Amino acid sequence: MANAKLQTGRPLSPHLQIYRPMLTMMMSIAHRITGAALYFGTLALAWWLIAAATGPEYFNFVNGLAGTLIGKLLLFGYTWALIHHMIGGIRHFIWDTGRGFDLSVVEFMARASLAASLGLTVLIWAIALIAPGGL
Amino acid sequence: MVEFTLPKNSKITEGKTWNKPRGKGDWREFRVYRWCPETQDNPRVDTYAVNLEDCGPMVLDALIKIKSDIDPTLTFRRSCREGICGSCAMNIDGSNTLACTRGMDEIRGTVKIYPLPHQQVVKDLVPDLTNFFAQHRSIQPWLQTETTEPPNEWKQSREDREKLDGLYECILCACCSTSCPSYWWNPDRYLGPAVLLQAYRWVIDSRDEATGERLDNLEDPFRLYRCHTILNCSKACPKGLNPARAIAELKKMMIERRY
Repeated sequence: MANAKLQTGRPLSPHLQIYRPMLTMMMSIAHRITGAALYFGTLALAWWLIAAATGPEYFNFVNGLAGTLIGKLLLFGYTWALIHHMIGGIRHFIWDTGRGFDLSVVEFMARASLAASLGLTVLIWAIALIAPGGL
Repeated sequence: MVEFTLPKNSKITEGKTWNKPRGKGDWREFRVYRWCPETQDNPRVDTYAVNLEDCGPMVLDALIKIKSDIDPTLTFRRSCREGICGSCAMNIDGSNTLACTRGMDEIRGTVKIYPLPHQQVVKDLVPDLTNFFAQHRSIQPWLQTETTEPPNEWKQSREDREKLDGLYECILCACCSTSCPSYWWNPDRYLGPAVLLQAYRWVIDSRDEATGERLDNLEDPFRLYRCHTILNCSKACPKGLNPARAIAELKKMMIERRY
């Protein structure tokens, strides 16, 4: 089909450019983006663990990077990506059983999972910041 | 393949304004996608003004009024004007629907009208649906049996007949398939929501005896499994059907038959 347009000279009708953004569609994109972000987050986590296994000097260096403002922001983003992708996974699991397809339920699950992922992320960081011996 | 932007020949330019509101009345602005195969020009968006007090209530009424009173060159498909033929499927106010069943009172402000998304445009609001119907043919949407034909009709229990509710009503308008980003990126390999709903309609028909072959045909990384439950399809369907659920049921059957 990709070649058909070249052959006929017919234009391709607009798609993303004109389709109204809807929460369900955005959540689908977010699920994919957070999933991709987890690769990088996991690499960073592995780096941190390798640093811990390497020795105190190198660990202090990597751990220090994680403690900087930018490091903390990235960690916060990684936390959200992890939680959001996990809750999204549960949502997809419910759909895989054939449930949750009524449009009202679909809308509710989208809102609820977004609220839950943001809420849980903030909660985790609140605990991390407040807890004795925390950040 | 994923291509977020439009090809060069498809980029939309500003078109002309055909008329302005004149005198009293409930004037509404219409912004309509135009492309004529007889010119080398890129597609454009033209502007029309329609007095809703002097027009039927549906978007199709306004399109017909524009065509008969303002611009006879405006091209679109329409037939039944009551949501059963599926001809006037188009993108209205950012989502796919039938122009004949979408009321103008459901839309705030300017009414923006484009052809069904990510399709080859034949002219103006007319997309080329050849691929869509070829895919429908590929799932063999007819009753297939092995046993000897009964003297009269193939019988079905009430319960089995009820399983077809929410499936047989599909009018193949292509609103759902052309709302699906997965279908946009893989129109040649992914069957899309409308065709998969039809596939499911035959898979669960108690009279059909080709269930295994039908499922075999869908066992493919693209044909069925490009559905990522984005749910644009179920939201777009002007008949209130739920293709996403039908696809989920198909995926379930694929797993269940292995055990």
